[in-house]
Amino acid sequence: MPKREDIKKTYKLYIGGKFPRTESGRYIKWTNSKNMSTVNICRGSRKDFRNSVVAARSAFSGWSSSTAYNRSQILYRIGEMLEGRRSQFMDELVLQSSTKKTAEKEINQSIDRLIYYAGWADKYQQIFSRVNPVALPYFNFSYPEPTGVVSAVAPNGSSLIGLVSIVAPIIAGGNTVVVLVSEEKPLCSITFAEVLHTSDVPGGVVNILTGHRSELLEHFSSHMDVNAIVYCGSEPEEIKLVQENAALNVKRPIVYSDEDWLDKNVQDPYRILNTLETKTTWYPVGV
Amino acid sequence: MKKDWSYSPAPESTDHIHIAVKNDLFINGKFIPPEKGKYFETINPANEEKLADVAEADKADVDKAVKAARKAYEKVWSKMDPAERGKYIYRIARLIQERAREFSVIETMDGGKPIRESRDIDIPLVSAHFFYYAGWADKLEYAFPGKKAKPIGVAGQIIPWNFPLLMAAWKIAPALATGNTVILKPAETTPLTAMKLAEIIQEADLPPGVVNIINGDGKTGRALVEHPDVNKIAFTGSTDVGKLIMKSIAGTDKKYTLELGGKAANIIFEDAAIDQAVEGIIDGIFFNQGHVCCAGSRLFVQESVAETVVSKLKDRMESLIVGNPLDKNTDIGAINSKMQLDKIKMYVDIGKNEGGSIHQSSCKLPEKGYWYAPTLFTDVSQSHRIVQEEIFGPVLAIQTFRTVDEVITKANNIPYGLSGGVWTDKGAKIFQVSKAIRAGVLWANTFNKFDPTSPFGGYKESGMGREGGLEGLMPYVHLV
Repeated sequence: MPKREDIKKTYKLYIGGKFPRTESGRYIKWTNSKNMSTVNICRGSRKDFRNSVVAARSAFSGWSSSTAYNRSQILYRIGEMLEGRRSQFMDELVLQSSTKKTAEKEINQSIDRLIYYAGWADKYQQIFSRVNPVALPYFNFSYPEPTGVVSAVAPNGSSLIGLVSIVAPIIAGGNTVVVLVSEEKPLCSITFAEVLHTSDVPGGVVNILTGHRSELLEHFSSHMDVNAIVYCGSEPEEIKLVQENAALNVKRPIVYSDEDWLDKNVQDPYRILNTLETKTTWYPVGV
Repeated sequence: MKKDWSYSPAPESTDHIHIAVKNDLFINGKFIPPEKGKYFETINPANEEKLADVAEADKADVDKAVKAARKAYEKVWSKMDPAERGKYIYRIARLIQERAREFSVIETMDGGKPIRESRDIDIPLVSAHFFYYAGWADKLEYAFPGKKAKPIGVAGQIIPWNFPLLMAAWKIAPALATGNTVILKPAETTPLTAMKLAEIIQEADLPPGVVNIINGDGKTGRALVEHPDVNKIAFTGSTDVGKLIMKSIAGTDKKYTLELGGKAANIIFEDAAIDQAVEGIIDGIFFNQGHVCCAGSRLFVQESVAETVVSKLKDRMESLIVGNPLDKNTDIGAINSKMQLDKIKMYVDIGKNEGGSIHQSSCKLPEKGYWYAPTLFTDVSQSHRIVQEEIFGPVLAIQTFRTVDEVITKANNIPYGLSGGVWTDKGAKIFQVSKAIRAGVLWANTFNKFDPTSPFGGYKESGMGREGGLEGLMPYVHLV
């Protein structure tokens, strides 16, 4: 019998619920350090990012007004889909120099983290809402609302768990997101997009780009229709750039440095709160 | 015979007020002269008369204040039993209540706001704010489930001239309750009530250095923001300056909260109680001469009632009493400064040049001092600068709308997101609209209401972080 050739996967971007190639036509050659096999990754551009923000902005009103129960179920569903595709992630993590044992731990923790935030999606509102006892004849209450479109720069050192740990709290809070994934380990990100795609996550809620951090960070932090930026890393120059550019439109800059994302305790509802706004409403009583 | 229905003058007395001729810096519990010996004048904007000289703090003075605050933080305040910390703050609240009238009169003389407002709104809210946060000091472990709240350290706080003492309270009270020490820089046109507050802080026997108050202009503020030993910046003021602060502290570990500009939409539906709504519109834009970041400066009236509302509005504007801020009948006082008056005039010219139709109350303005008549513009649209930009004066821009969706889109089509108002008799519509407006504070069938327990702060370019309520603790703690 003649030898059957493999079908190799084309790694593309994920924008507005579709899988386009980068509009720039550029690529990054990603090489496995052990067997020297290579994969061509899209080198996302400023234009890809801008298109993603448009997609995220159009998805925002639907996602932010969907019911908390619905968002919770969708996050749970992402976890389910990830569970079902463990072997694929396993292969990719191993290809990206992970041992089988750590790969397994990373997948388990990623699934558990999704379930964790799925549970929060319809509960953080109760933790962070209040009725305020004002000294005037008004019923006054405060509750959290999503801040809007968030750009996120996922941790460089991790392929899957970093991405999941960043995206889950942002979307659990009703925001939409454009995320730049690890440059070192980009492979899981597009497979994760396929998971999202089969989990009833509406198109545009999560947009995933691959590319050079050095090229795209400027745009992720300076876009005028982005309301918050989550940056993962500890490069002082990058942090400064993000915080400076945030000033352009008073973006909320959120910086996570030196987090061990595999630690099961690196998760809490305050990470959801980081991309929420408190709204206070005064409602008259008997006036 | 034409009857004269005008009110007789009812001036608040000032004979019990003592304003020091020379006001020094309040650092480490003492009043000390500035290093360079420079003083600037503060005047009464209602008559342009000088009230006092105030010390101008430069870099060396800022450094002195930061050192005092650091020492007080390390040695005393962060180590003190929280319940004891709370008692000091309660004491401040009580002392302000006792001396409330004195504070009101000085606030009005230094800033130009009507005595009715400083007496009934500003100063009572000041003591209420201290009273509210005092009680939090020993209850922080209940505020943030699953986390421990730790103080941040030394806070630099920069406040504006529109609600001088109230903003000082909004800044100082939560910072102290959470165990931080502070350096407060009031605005250069309204330094006097903060200097009186310094007296109270001495009287309350607060440990030296826990609260330091220094005066000066933007340069002083900048030195405070850039000081390497300040851990937290709290700023209330313009969006432009807020952005400069964000840039200047980028790359440092400083935490910050910003309460910036606004251009609130006040939305009147046809099913609203119209007379009540007209009062709300008046209060929304003319309260404190319109020097309010959350002022309802964009009015949206549903087309079917637009004519009635605008005509009633013009009538009501005509009855507003503009004049001596110390008169108890005065509705609208003096514009805070010449600079602000020029800015208002500039925007009104822009409004006219862009084709807006202007209407102003025919009130007679005093000859001396800074004044501006209540003003409204019709025939303006979303793209007009007086609709998009913050004027910070008694100038209202009116637009009409037909549907709920239309008005929501228009209201949100702006970089700001501080506040908004909705007027309708339908509860369901209130919730629909107030949920859809991207702003931090929504008033239903009312406007410009404040309370220490109620979080205040903006979405988008109106700033970040909240002041007031439990949320107001968050900017002053590390959660671990």
